[in-house]
Amino acid sequence: MSQKKYWQSFGEVNDQENFQKQQQDEFKEELPFEGFDDKGLIDAKAPRRDFLKYLGFSTAAATLAASCKIPVKKAIPFANRPENIVPGVAKYYATTYVQDGDVIPVVAKVRDGRPIKIEGNELAFTKAGTTARAQASVLDLYDTHRLRFPQRKVGDKFEETTYEFVDKTIGEGLAAGGNIVLLTSTVNSPSTLQIITEFLAKYPGSKHVQADPVSYSGMLLANEASGFGRKIPTYHFDAAKVIVSLGADFLGTWLSPVEFAKGYSAGRRIDEKNPSMSKHYQFEGYLSTTGANADERFTHKPSETGAVALALLAALDGAVTAPAIDNATLKAGIAKVAADLKAHAGEALVVAGSNDANVQIIVNAINNATGAYGKTIDWSTPVNYRKGIDKDLTDLVTQMEAGQVGTLMIYGANPAYTYHDAAKFTAALKKVKTSISFNERMDETTKLCTYTIPTHHYLESWGDAEAKTGYTSFMQPTIYPLFKTRPYQTSLLKWAGNNTDYAVYFKNYWTAKLGSLDAFDKALQDGVMEAVPPAAVAGSYSSAAVAAASAAITAAKKISGDEIVLYQKVSIGTGTGATNPWLQELPDTISKATWDNYAMISLAKANELGIKLDNDYEYYPQKPVIKISVAGKGDVELPILVIPGMNANTIAVAVGYGRNEELGKTAFGAGQNVYQFTSFDGNNVNYNNAVTIASAGRKQKIAQTQIHNSYEDRVEVVRETTLGAFKKNPNVVADFRKDLEEKYARSSGDFRKEATLYGVHDQPGLKWGMNVDMNACYGCGACVVACHAENNVPVVGKSEVLRYHDMHWLRIDRYFVSGENPDDLKGVVFQPMMCQHCDNAPCENVCPVAATNHSMEGINQMAYNRCIGTRYCANNCPFKVRRFNWSDYTGADSFANNQDQQLVGKLDPVVFQMNDDLTRMVLNPDVTVRSRGVMEKCSFCVQKLQAAKLDAKKDNRPLKDGEAKTACQTACSADAIVFGNVHDKDSQISKVRAANTQRSFYVLEQLHVLPNVSYLTKVRNTDEEETKNWGGHGEHAAAATHDAVIPAGEGKKEEPAHH
Amino acid sequence: MILCKPIGQRLTVLFLSLFVSIFSVSAQDAAAGKTLFMSKCAACHNVFKDGTGPALMGLEERHKWADHNELLKWVNNPSAYMAGDAYTQGLKTKFGSLMTAFGDITLKDVDDVVAYINDEVAKKAKGPVAAPGDTPAATDSSNQNAIIFGVISLVLAIIALILMQVNSNLKKMSDDVEGILRPEPVPFYRNKVYIAMAAIVFFIVGGFLVTKGAIGLGRQTNYQPEQPIYYSHKVHAGINQINCLYCHGSAMESKSATIPSVNVCMNCHKAIQSYEKGPKLYTEDGKEIDGTAEIQKLYTYAGFDPKNAAQWDPSAAKPIQWIKIHNLPDHVYFNHSQHVNAGKVQCQSCHGEITAMDEVKQVNELSMGWCVNCHRQTKVNFNYSDSTGNQFYSIYEKFHNDIKSGKMDSVTVKDIGGLECQKCHY
Repeated sequence: MSQKKYWQSFGEVNDQENFQKQQQDEFKEELPFEGFDDKGLIDAKAPRRDFLKYLGFSTAAATLAASCKIPVKKAIPFANRPENIVPGVAKYYATTYVQDGDVIPVVAKVRDGRPIKIEGNELAFTKAGTTARAQASVLDLYDTHRLRFPQRKVGDKFEETTYEFVDKTIGEGLAAGGNIVLLTSTVNSPSTLQIITEFLAKYPGSKHVQADPVSYSGMLLANEASGFGRKIPTYHFDAAKVIVSLGADFLGTWLSPVEFAKGYSAGRRIDEKNPSMSKHYQFEGYLSTTGANADERFTHKPSETGAVALALLAALDGAVTAPAIDNATLKAGIAKVAADLKAHAGEALVVAGSNDANVQIIVNAINNATGAYGKTIDWSTPVNYRKGIDKDLTDLVTQMEAGQVGTLMIYGANPAYTYHDAAKFTAALKKVKTSISFNERMDETTKLCTYTIPTHHYLESWGDAEAKTGYTSFMQPTIYPLFKTRPYQTSLLKWAGNNTDYAVYFKNYWTAKLGSLDAFDKALQDGVMEAVPPAAVAGSYSSAAVAAASAAITAAKKISGDEIVLYQKVSIGTGTGATNPWLQELPDTISKATWDNYAMISLAKANELGIKLDNDYEYYPQKPVIKISVAGKGDVELPILVIPGMNANTIAVAVGYGRNEELGKTAFGAGQNVYQFTSFDGNNVNYNNAVTIASAGRKQKIAQTQIHNSYEDRVEVVRETTLGAFKKNPNVVADFRKDLEEKYARSSGDFRKEATLYGVHDQPGLKWGMNVDMNACYGCGACVVACHAENNVPVVGKSEVLRYHDMHWLRIDRYFVSGENPDDLKGVVFQPMMCQHCDNAPCENVCPVAATNHSMEGINQMAYNRCIGTRYCANNCPFKVRRFNWSDYTGADSFANNQDQQLVGKLDPVVFQMNDDLTRMVLNPDVTVRSRGVMEKCSFCVQKLQAAKLDAKKDNRPLKDGEAKTACQTACSADAIVFGNVHDKDSQISKVRAANTQRSFYVLEQLHVLPNVSYLTKVRNTDEEETKNWGGHGEHAAAATHDAVIPAGEGKKEEPAHH
Repeated sequence: MILCKPIGQRLTVLFLSLFVSIFSVSAQDAAAGKTLFMSKCAACHNVFKDGTGPALMGLEERHKWADHNELLKWVNNPSAYMAGDAYTQGLKTKFGSLMTAFGDITLKDVDDVVAYINDEVAKKAKGPVAAPGDTPAATDSSNQNAIIFGVISLVLAIIALILMQVNSNLKKMSDDVEGILRPEPVPFYRNKVYIAMAAIVFFIVGGFLVTKGAIGLGRQTNYQPEQPIYYSHKVHAGINQINCLYCHGSAMESKSATIPSVNVCMNCHKAIQSYEKGPKLYTEDGKEIDGTAEIQKLYTYAGFDPKNAAQWDPSAAKPIQWIKIHNLPDHVYFNHSQHVNAGKVQCQSCHGEITAMDEVKQVNELSMGWCVNCHRQTKVNFNYSDSTGNQFYSIYEKFHNDIKSGKMDSVTVKDIGGLECQKCHY
């Protein structure tokens, strides 16, 4: 029987020998040192005596430099201290993250007048969940490339202008006539919509067009055709026992991932006494974040989505005939899913990511057939995340081309970049007399406009957003506007002849609506107002459109060759995250690549292109480049990444890259734009297309992080099983521990005390512990960005990531689970990996200066200013979670020019951007900014723990559970991370550990490092019972697991002591 | 560091005795009244002049204030009292704001304050009184000891040297007498033994000094910069006994104690417009300071015109750029509220005898050794069973059991992790 393999790189699975050899190298990059040859040291370029001379000189110089002058520091108090503000004490203000229709109610942490961290709002329907992009949005506020004042175009150049001038000239221009069009991304702010209505009323003939960069127009039109109106419903993933997704990345980027992850994880939690969980099937072309978390996946070409949907519908109620499906696996999959859907009528949910209205009509028919309406799909609270209809934009472009548009005002939308025919839009825009952009940055469209009137960042704004009917959230400014910006609503008000500011308008609007100023204040304080409307379902299902849709799908031309599918990355989204260094450096969920987009191809395609998937492929960042051509749409050259579990003929490329230079050094130079490969079918934009590919004959570097850390062949790091296997043998993991106790703690049975030579740490008071439920980790990376923000983790740039110098304190390890054939992907396991705070930590024993040691609260402490940078600790860490400051990424060194390194590697411009005085405003003042040459790692957010303890002491009471939370914990929208005092029997962490004794494990338990982070085994809901033997019986426990991964290698027995 | 401990202890004793003495004196009404007046009333009231509130001279002759019970009612709850009282309503109209409520004031307190006011009025009638003498500064005897020991060692060393020379001369003489031939003696500065000894001494002393100097790099003990305004802590916190936390209130809630903003200064200085009664002020180099002129400097920052007090607009004030004296390196996290509020440490424990300083200087070296020493010795407020202990420590079951069983007699900051790196460095 074939065993499952857990692997991270093709080298590991295909080329074990070389993989192991290269794992031995301490430095994987080429070192910049001059070679020492046989001539001996004295003849080397820098002989010993010179070395000593330089050493002596620099020591003396350093002493002098450090001692000569003590700078005079000033302490400048407020002139007139505002009430409520205490310098040094953080304030929290509820506000709302809004980005092109995405709405996440958040709470901004404001220290001394500066917002420095975003947390989710617990009162909201998102239940304190956040995304990586929401977490990173605070950095956007301090982006050095934000537009700082209004400008108008004179000739080809922009010139600064004043609001008086702008109001006067534009006001006159609007009054003079000509059609006015307001082009925005989805607007779901009730007060803004009213302002727009007033504006349109003032200028008859003007109109408002909403266009989304990645559109849901097909879904809106399909829902209209199915009798529900042009709306999108609320999906209840928590109520679904069977979830089927046809290419919808609902855990990553589709509609409202925070909300969906909350609901989805509710159905995925396992009660050990009675194990059951929802079943998730995914049909898709490439490997998406959501697909990676599915229980069973079936791949097909993107153009076949309609056929798959139709086949499902046909299997369910038989009223339609589906085109034949050739692929036997897919066919069997459809039959299985259909049977499962039938068996779970009223508890099933089918969603589709396609923007083809016909596919969505069929999906609606499937949901109707399974009785999802009213159960898992709620039409009483339609959502407002996306409202754009693709045809509106193409019609507008036609009008613009015909010279029918006098004034075009743009907010949020960026068609010069996202439009399927950007050249056409650009040409059409030239025919518009006055074009005004309200965008915050000089993006591709703004650059072409005649005026830029930059609007505030959301953290500087008043505002509101209605995510779905009855769920309103509010924005309030958390900082005085940094630049001479103005809310676009104020501009619209002014130009409509209303001289009130948006702030006043907003206040009046809601005071009138809520009845009193007190109610308004309360709403602002809470940040949300959720008046759930009575369940009045708008419209009812109508099958009228199904026949036509099914005919259209059947009639659609089959694409025979390769296909491209465009997807969004969790980090970059439609392109709005591209200017954010934290998001660019966030490794992608699946590929673990940073700072780039690339073509994800299947193993079959790699084979066809002659790419050998050996260790060299993984080891060297240079990846072969292919030329992707779409008939009539030009071509793009992109490096490839081979991903298992892709449809053989599908090539997936992320949108949002290849930005223009004016957006700054972060966005510019990263990847290529592929929006031009979208196509318009007369109704909607399609995000897949037929392509031809050819090798470009060159290579390009991609900075991936997955193989930066090695577990030295130890495999008991990640544990995964299936529901079937778990039910049959629930104690596999627990037995492993029991076995260790039997072997290494024979006399007392106490593995902790007996299996070590070292003493046991006394922990008289608190003891911190963390638990990560791998069943609830979908790999989205919100925690990684939150960690960046909370702990001042530096951004190192692509060149340094390429050199294995990435600084993430928290990484999410991605493991592919496959059979013997690596392409036979059974699933993907995501494991957040941070310092395990071992109670018997190997790093502590090897530090020559005791810079890292153990606290009474179970924290492995790191004293940066004590560290001399030997890196022994990092070498001895079995989990490779320690990060070394190879360069002066933060500018924290005493010597000014330390960042200007030529010999050992030039730093990317983004590093300098992160050190700008403006950008540094985002730093957390409670956390030291580390300098070059010191080691750093996860601290369990000790600053937050200390603050929570201090609050309790000041209030003269014991610490309550849940007061001390880590940044990763609060960021997680699936509540995968639980943290607290394990000495408190009533704490959540104690309860979780007590309730999950069968799934709970510690990484590499047999090493006796005694981590304080526990994990819960990942369980996939399949019946497959053959699972990896985790050992647990007899002497060969560890050896057996080795055999599973290293067919050729010999199994080594792990020693339970330190190396 | 070696010197620090005894000095620290001495200072603590000095302060304890100071506090005790203050308390013993304050048995008298007027003295108790003065303390109360300074801490509660002086922010708004002056005895002789109108400030934010009316002058309190002749208080008992006005309204019903001869009856201290009425006064008490007013002070305890001004808004309720004013509701049925035309006189106080008039006061509010005149001064623009209602008096702050002091719910914790008792009748005895009112008596004391009134006694103090009457006392002040009587004193003024008698003519100016000489300022009370300064508390005699404790002479630093350990420094004197060091000098004495040094002199003695030097004298002894010289004597030893002379004796050695005498000895060698005598030996030479006796050798000459006995006719023993000896090599020509080398002068002492070419004597290898002497040179070696001198070199060893040089290395030891030099090494000690270099190391000491290197450790002290960046430390600023005795740092006493000149501030933009000559602000005397002695006058404010010493003579007038303004509570430290009145101005540095953030020390209770924040990591920073914060320097008060201009509007806090102006709370009092709207009324106190000149420096008259206090002792003469001198800078460190003996230059005399005109206190009234320094108050004028404050007015310049505040944009305040004493002649036109009612027109003052606090929002027009400009911040004062004070020079920071107590600096910690960036990698140290220090939280005032942790020490002042949770740990109940007196400000003077670290900042020295501030109440005796005209110009503030850094008394302690603020080094890690100094911090850690205190963490080793300071006892934590641990007895949760009696009401004085901090309930936070109730989770330390082991220590409580040890105390009960007599294994431990007290718990220091060290015992609960006060010496661990990540208490201060993160």
